[in-house]
Amino acid sequence: MATPAIRMFRRLEGLFCVYKPSGVHWELVRDTIETNLLKGVNSTPSLPLPREVRFLALEGSDSEAPKALRLTAVSVPVLSKHPLVTGPEFRHIKVGVGHCLDTPSSGVLVLGVGNGNRTLNDFYRARVTRDYTLEGEFGTATEDFSHTGRVVERSTYDHINQDNLNRVLAALEGANQKALLTYSNIDMNSQEAYELAVQGLLGPDGKSPPILTGLRCIRFQPPNFTLEVQCLNETQKYLRKVVHEIGLELRSTAVCKGVRRTRDGSFALQDALTRHHWTALDVHQAIRKYHSSKKGKKLFRSRKKEPPLSEDDTSSDNETSRNKEVAG
Amino acid sequence: MTSSCVKLCLQCRSLLCSKTVANSWKYATHCTAVPGILVNFPQRFSMISGNHKTTQMNLKWKQQMLFYSTLSVDPPTTETRENKDSEELPKADVVAYQNPTLPIRDAVPATESELSLDLDAAVEFSALEEISNEEAVGISVPPALPPASTTLRDYVDHSETLTKLVQLGVNLWKLEEKPNVGSMLLRLNFDTDVAPRLLFLKEVGVEDSRFGYIISHNPFFLTQDMENLRARVNYLKSKKFTSAMVASMVSRAPFLLNFSVKRLDNRLGFYQQQLKLSATNTREVVARLPRLLCGSLEPVKENLKVCEIELGFKQNEIQHIVLAVPKVLTANKRKLTQIFDYVHNTMKIPHHLIVKFPQLLNAKYLRIRERHLFLEYLGRAQYDPALPNYIAPDRLVSLPDELFCVDLALATLEDFYLFQKTL
Repeated sequence: MATPAIRMFRRLEGLFCVYKPSGVHWELVRDTIETNLLKGVNSTPSLPLPREVRFLALEGSDSEAPKALRLTAVSVPVLSKHPLVTGPEFRHIKVGVGHCLDTPSSGVLVLGVGNGNRTLNDFYRARVTRDYTLEGEFGTATEDFSHTGRVVERSTYDHINQDNLNRVLAALEGANQKALLTYSNIDMNSQEAYELAVQGLLGPDGKSPPILTGLRCIRFQPPNFTLEVQCLNETQKYLRKVVHEIGLELRSTAVCKGVRRTRDGSFALQDALTRHHWTALDVHQAIRKYHSSKKGKKLFRSRKKEPPLSEDDTSSDNETSRNKEVAG
Repeated sequence: MTSSCVKLCLQCRSLLCSKTVANSWKYATHCTAVPGILVNFPQRFSMISGNHKTTQMNLKWKQQMLFYSTLSVDPPTTETRENKDSEELPKADVVAYQNPTLPIRDAVPATESELSLDLDAAVEFSALEEISNEEAVGISVPPALPPASTTLRDYVDHSETLTKLVQLGVNLWKLEEKPNVGSMLLRLNFDTDVAPRLLFLKEVGVEDSRFGYIISHNPFFLTQDMENLRARVNYLKSKKFTSAMVASMVSRAPFLLNFSVKRLDNRLGFYQQQLKLSATNTREVVARLPRLLCGSLEPVKENLKVCEIELGFKQNEIQHIVLAVPKVLTANKRKLTQIFDYVHNTMKIPHHLIVKFPQLLNAKYLRIRERHLFLEYLGRAQYDPALPNYIAPDRLVSLPDELFCVDLALATLEDFYLFQKTL
């Protein structure tokens, strides 16, 4: 028999994504979500207590006639089924985390609830790329490639211009493209390789070293610059190292000031739940949206997948609206 | 030489044998009675008095192991005689068996007499004998209680105390996870143990709705001595805490009345001396956060040192902060320094302003950070009261999101949420 809590939990199963703030460990994010979901699921009204008939001695009869002990049938609730005795119905909810984000980085973090965890595995087996925005700064080099680490070197950056940077980025992208072909394990002279390449499906199966599939500079104001990266099998530390290496290629040094994930597979920034929306209700809505989008995809499989809304559009929208606010 | 060795071996073997037999005898008394064999054993015991201590240790352990089983085995046999108070019986038995220093030879006659009594009682109600209706009504069928259980769920419906506690709103599922609390609760009698203490709480002025909260957090309150409880409340009142203050303190800090007068006095003295507060102010701080009297003093000392040395507040500034926000004393010191670091070094709020708005130290780090960054993005992060467009730090941290956006940021809530996704 499904109690309201179980029915609520069934509705919560699936995938959704949250926006992880920087400076917070992903385990803390997962635990917070789990606590909130437990709170939501367990706060559903419980079933009414079952009643049983018991024979109880009548209170008053003792004084009047001690010999004739009277018993009366009374229907009393079974207290052993009381929520205060049994405890909450759900003590744990399985919340799984997709591709990890380390503590200093922020961005879209995919989470799976209940049997959504199985989907989570399939989701990552499908070789999804992820988008990152990297904030870099020229002039220093640190031990851990981030701006908080111990500084090991300082250098000048006056000689760098956008052309230099773009040239280095293009070289790096080319090297990565070559790596992509080697790790795809297909003979490059075959018809199969040609057909896959035409569809854009060439890529490593499963594990491989990190590969950057796209790399471009979207802002260049020395000493600060911002890169947009699409990649496979990366870690955040690797991305910081990329920034460091770009600095070295430019005969200077660079540190990474921020790693921000803007897309993970089909989960884009606009679907992500911010910290204030990590409640069972909001998660439920996000998961319903995910399920409906999946259904839509199945129905119109022939139709081509729409490209996810690029980061520039949303941010420029935000900026204009904010500018309006400031002006107003 | 060899002969003495053989002798020793033989002795050892006999000792071992008697040991095992003694153990099995213990089981026999607990499970079923075989009176014929029982008679022999006391003599055996006198023979092996050298081995006495180890067997006693064994027995002690066994008695503890069999604690629940005695609870279950005895009621069905004895309840035929006394069916009025089924709660009392297991209690009495447990006390008798739990006494580990009980001499063994004394214990045997006791069990024997009990067994003989039980046999007599069983004879009275033979299966074929006809009984009158009156007697039939008098026989109560003992509830099928499990001998041992990891949960109180099995006993709730049969124990008056537990039933009443559930009706009071006590979280039994939380209590049963604590060690020894389950059996402690089962041994309590509602009328003599629980009711007087609840009445006492009511006398102190605690609201009825808080009873469940207090007992859920501190079940040992029910085993405290009434005289001690009275003495502690009287002590608090002698320190000029008003009765309303005492009531709110007791209802918010369930462990408060478990501590001795000496300890309470110690704590109050500590806060008064460390913070150099007047008596009135000490009372106020303690009444606002009664948890201070219950917890350890080490973290509080550490926090005071952190405030003084690491954060660089002066003595009178710390006093002011503690008076406004006592929670600073029990806060996590890592979080405290993290917030201070951000507020002082990034938001450039000087010490005297932090002292003026100590709520900053009580806020969430993420909340301060995202609001400050939003204001900075809008160009409104201006925390100097001498300049125009001043934003008060206490409003920054204490307003809810909607009001913060409307009043301080002059933006919409959606923009604020979108901005959070760009951090």
